[in-house]
Amino acid sequence: MYFTVVAVNVGIFVLLALSLNIIIGYAGQSAMGHAAFFGIGAYTSALMTSTMGISFWISLPVALIVTGIIGAVLGLISIRLKDDFLAITTIGINFVVVAIFQYSEIFGASLGMTVSKPLFFGVKMTAPMYLTLIFILIVLTCLFINKMNKSWFGLALASIRNDEMAASSLGIDVNKYKVLAFTLGTAIAGLTGAVYAHFMTFIYSSDFAFIVSISIISMVVVGGIGTIKGAIFGAVLLGVAPELFRFLADYRMIVYGGLLVLMMRFQPQGLLGDNSFIMRNISKIFANIKKQKGGGQNAGNA
Amino acid sequence: MLMQQLVNGVMIGSVYALTAMGATLIYGILRILDIANAAAYAIGAYLGWYIYSISHNLLLAFLLSMILTGLIGVVIQKYIYYPIISKPNVIPIVPLITSVGLFTITGDLIRLILGPNVKEFGVVFKSGAIKIGKLIINPEWIFIIVLTAVLFAILWFILNKTRLGLAWRATAEDSEIAKAMGVNTNISMALSYILGYGFAASAGIMVGMLYNSISPTMGDIPSYKMLAIIVLGGLGNPVGTVVAGLIIGLAETLVSAYMGSILPRDAIAFIVLIFVLLLKPSGLVSKKSA
Repeated sequence: MYFTVVAVNVGIFVLLALSLNIIIGYAGQSAMGHAAFFGIGAYTSALMTSTMGISFWISLPVALIVTGIIGAVLGLISIRLKDDFLAITTIGINFVVVAIFQYSEIFGASLGMTVSKPLFFGVKMTAPMYLTLIFILIVLTCLFINKMNKSWFGLALASIRNDEMAASSLGIDVNKYKVLAFTLGTAIAGLTGAVYAHFMTFIYSSDFAFIVSISIISMVVVGGIGTIKGAIFGAVLLGVAPELFRFLADYRMIVYGGLLVLMMRFQPQGLLGDNSFIMRNISKIFANIKKQKGGGQNAGNA
Repeated sequence: MLMQQLVNGVMIGSVYALTAMGATLIYGILRILDIANAAAYAIGAYLGWYIYSISHNLLLAFLLSMILTGLIGVVIQKYIYYPIISKPNVIPIVPLITSVGLFTITGDLIRLILGPNVKEFGVVFKSGAIKIGKLIINPEWIFIIVLTAVLFAILWFILNKTRLGLAWRATAEDSEIAKAMGVNTNISMALSYILGYGFAASAGIMVGMLYNSISPTMGDIPSYKMLAIIVLGGLGNPVGTVVAGLIIGLAETLVSAYMGSILPRDAIAFIVLIFVLLLKPSGLVSKKSA
């Protein structure tokens, strides 16, 4: 049971990291308020199921769409700002959204919101069922991101990330693609929020505070910006670490902060990013294996 | 009542401006959004509190704490930020995350070393509050407003009347060209940090005095409010920062005094920011016009 709960939590972080990675990693936009959209999804679905009595399974796609629309509107407003302005505006969005949750009566204000457990064919959802759901969502997201990267859209994002000026001179509508990436990333975060709200059965405004955005960013950055494996690895590493190192609980934030500073100072591309020391060694090993295999085959042919 | 709110607003606003000034100076030269400035604010407050509790000399506490925090800033700049930003192709989020990391470490270090509880600052002014009609002005407030004014005057003098300031402005304009013209940009960077962290430290002590309390989490709110202020002031523009600090200070006191608690006080800065950016994407005082 304990293991399953931890696994679901880590899975939620994986989804959040993957979705933020679309914005930060693939589109290269400094979005610092991802938790806000996580929260919008959570509160949207909680309102639907617990206040209006609509099924959880309908609330999932609605949370995805509503968050995506809000993300698109906020994206349209803020994407025209350059890197640093964008970072600060998104931090601002995070604070304002949390303030709205905390001060509006329909969102339970300062009492938080109790969310009813959803049913799956008449049975109350259990932790293993959530784990399966999360796992399916992660696989779907990964497939989607893979597909996206190989598409024209993915190539356009890569060109924007590398050189915005050059991309726009080649006729790529930079703003459109940036907003699209922002919308996709926030929509997936909203979907994750819906699952989170129903898994926890209680949500409170501070669950979606700026510090949560920072942890999601840390996961993406520690794992490796702009890669699927990096985002997953970072989320698993930073999600499991607090459980493994419970005896260090008092020093957790210091370790966290220290890790961020050290990573940025010495390995800004992340542990599994392109050309990080781990990936260099792994590819060296693979190259060696290939060479040996190739050598063996040649010998066989001869 | 309105007068009282205006006085409160100006005082809070000038403390905000002082807090954000460090981030502005640093952004002006290194193009880093340095959230760790709020760490300097907390460190400064604790150093000031410690020095004051030994010496019982407020000015000495301010001076020593500002110098020590400034030196810490120079060390951080030299060994952490500079190597990061001098690598080729740094994405702008990298130094920002670094500063978040530094900020987290500092808050937690203070908590582990000195304990999580709130400490009383314990500065007592002998003279009582000045009353003009209904208007009440505490002696601390006068001290804070005067000290802030003096610090800004010193900053203005350094930036506009000395060779050091000329070098700073040249580096802020274009660090490559400045370097080519023989300006020692390393000194400009060090100057940014020593002044920036020093100012943040003095703001920390002022807030500690004002509310008679310091705690390891005291930097949390300034850490993001400072960002709103420097953006509002046009990123890297010292004059804009003072204006923006005063605007946010006034907006906060007036909104919470006359409109009640529709919105939490600390979100107001960002709402003002988002509105201003919608109308004027380059900030209130853009670089060109200053």
